[in-house]
Amino acid sequence: MKSAFVVMGSALLLGLSVSSGAYAQGAGAGGGRGGFTEQGGEAIFKNVCQGCHMPDAKGAVGAGMYPALAKNPKLEVAGYPVSVVVNGQKAMPALGGMFSDQQVADVVNYIRTHFGNNYKDKVTPADVKATRP
Amino acid sequence: MAEQNFAPMSRRSLFRMIGMAAGSAVMYQAMTDLGYAGESGYTGPTKLSGDVKGASVVVLGAGLAGLTAALELHNAGYKVQVLEYQHKAGGRNISIRGGDTVNELGGFKQQCQFDSGFYVNPGPMRIPYHHIALLDYCKRLNVPLEPFSIINYNAMIHNSKAFGGKAKRYREVETDFRGHISELLAKVTAQGKLDQAVSKEDAEVLLQALRAYGALDRNYEYKKGALVSNHRGYNVDPGGGLSWQPTDSDPMAMSELLQSRLWTGLLTGHEYEYQMTMFQPVGGMDMISAGFVRALPPDMIKYNCKVTEVKQDANGVTVSYVDAQKGGAVQTATANWCVNTIPATILSQVPMQIGAPLKNAINSLSYSAGFKAGVQMKRRWWEDDERIYGGITYTDQPVALISYPSTQFMQTQKGVVLGAYTFGPHAFELTSMSPEERMKVVVDCGAAIHPQYRTEFENGVSVGWHRMPWTLGCFAQWSEANRAKNYDALCAIDGRMVLAGEHASHLGAWQEGAIVSALDAIKRLHQRVVAA
Ligand SMILES: Cc1cc2nc3c(=O)[nH]c(=O)nc-3n(C[C@H](O)[C@H](O)[C@H](O)COP(=O)(O)OP(=O)(O)OC[C@H]3O[C@@H](n4cnc5c(N)ncnc54)[C@H](O)[C@@H]3O)c2cc1C
Repeated sequence: MKSAFVVMGSALLLGLSVSSGAYAQGAGAGGGRGGFTEQGGEAIFKNVCQGCHMPDAKGAVGAGMYPALAKNPKLEVAGYPVSVVVNGQKAMPALGGMFSDQQVADVVNYIRTHFGNNYKDKVTPADVKATRP
Repeated sequence: MAEQNFAPMSRRSLFRMIGMAAGSAVMYQAMTDLGYAGESGYTGPTKLSGDVKGASVVVLGAGLAGLTAALELHNAGYKVQVLEYQHKAGGRNISIRGGDTVNELGGFKQQCQFDSGFYVNPGPMRIPYHHIALLDYCKRLNVPLEPFSIINYNAMIHNSKAFGGKAKRYREVETDFRGHISELLAKVTAQGKLDQAVSKEDAEVLLQALRAYGALDRNYEYKKGALVSNHRGYNVDPGGGLSWQPTDSDPMAMSELLQSRLWTGLLTGHEYEYQMTMFQPVGGMDMISAGFVRALPPDMIKYNCKVTEVKQDANGVTVSYVDAQKGGAVQTATANWCVNTIPATILSQVPMQIGAPLKNAINSLSYSAGFKAGVQMKRRWWEDDERIYGGITYTDQPVALISYPSTQFMQTQKGVVLGAYTFGPHAFELTSMSPEERMKVVVDCGAAIHPQYRTEFENGVSVGWHRMPWTLGCFAQWSEANRAKNYDALCAIDGRMVLAGEHASHLGAWQEGAIVSALDAIKRLHQRVVAA
């Protein structure tokens, strides 16, 4: 219990974003970086999202599953993916603390216009900002 | 002295009084009653006494939480069946050896190429001395332990943007940091600037302490010389005869050291959860789950069962499951009670007849990203060339650290190092890569510190924890706010089911948390059974 604070303290010193109690095993040194540095929707998708949603955005199934982003009608209302990326949902971690408004807008716009999705309206950084808690 | 009698009694002095009056056993009991002794609250082997009236329990998941629950419930006389998704037990208590296949989601498949006898622990790798429940089980289940080296003064701390990318030894960073801050503090003390904070008598002792602690000279300066080399190491070490005249090493300048951020690599081993002595099981972390399986009746665990639904009513629980590989027909298992240790990431996708508080608690959890890689080297160059025997090198690069084997020093030609152990953005990025791309990053980062990586690398295996089909992440991320809101509901018995596991503990991300959460859950469940 107490150590959580100590570890958070050192995480703060390292400039990590302290968004959770995930430092129990994460206390390292120097190796941390607060946020994602990728710019542009494609780069963000390939370096971050495809870890779970897979390179073809078709998701995957094991003991549980990761939903497909490809041809996903839930992406029609742009506010939904923005909210899920920023605030998380169930197994999907809240990534808002590691992305700028621009990065979230870029990756949502990328996903909504690729992988068989074709939604023309664009998300702006201001939309993302309004979604933050 | 007189004042002390009137001061409110601190918990510590209360314990001291109880201890003196009644002996240490009573004191220990008092301490545990007040939630004071032992971080995990474990007070010794679980005894579930009383008539269980032929009750049956189905345990979901055969990680350490499920195995603990199964063993203790079986010992107490319950009829126990365990359903496990994988073809083996242990869950995150896992080791990878040569010949093992690692199947990640998305069809990424790795065949570990390590020589026989070598392994990597891609999940848990170290056990603190105060994780007493886990240590107790290791003792009871005949799982031999050995030290895990957490601090090695001769390992490295590296920042690619400092000292031209050249790594420094832990002992150099540690001594210089200690020396410089001691000198600074001694200076202001001698100048009388601390007069508000320390008495004259204390200031004298403080100066003595700083001189000894910081390896300062008689002018309270931290300076190159024999005294400092005796802490940070030499340029040329002392030797014998005429040929080995020792020469002193050069401390780093304070500003450069501060700006380098290398001091961040000093912290881990001082925190309560990482203090020496730490342990690891001989031969791989999964020796612990193997010990549990040995202690259970054969056939108690049913493997390759993917749980897909949990129903319950006033009499019991019905669990639906399918063959984890082939799918096909839904089968069911019934029992009077259920201990559910399936990770929350998966549980939030399983339809269950449960109340809203538990459902909300499960839905509130996502798991942190984590990445590890094991690398087999053709020779133990970190020992032969660099005299690094165990311990950890830290770096600002994506791999975050290199952990050298804590065992078999100088005994084998080859060896396996942990070439990456990283969280946060780097872990997401490494998880997103194919196994081949990851290994390239691991070797590049390693070579920036140890050029031997280029010639001595033989093969490697990696795990991006969000691609593990049966956890979907490393461990539960609890914010303080979410814990206040949802933790109690997550742990509460819901009808005939209770959750257990790392996520249902205050020791998240530790095996101890999985075990003590299971012990607590079955104790509460057992109370209901005997009271009924
Ligand atoms: C990278 C990493 C590093 C760590 N480092 C350490 C360390 O150094 N020291 C330490 O003590 N701890 C460490 N931990 C934490 C430790 O591994 C966990 O706390 C502990 O092993 C969790 O045990 P568990 O029983 O709660 O869950 P698990 O071990 O995950 O068990 C859950 C079981 O449920 C099964 N399952 C999942 N879905 C289903 C389904 N639908 N149907 C049936 N079965 C299912 C899974 O296959 C699994 O066997 C680390 C963890 C990770 C990931």
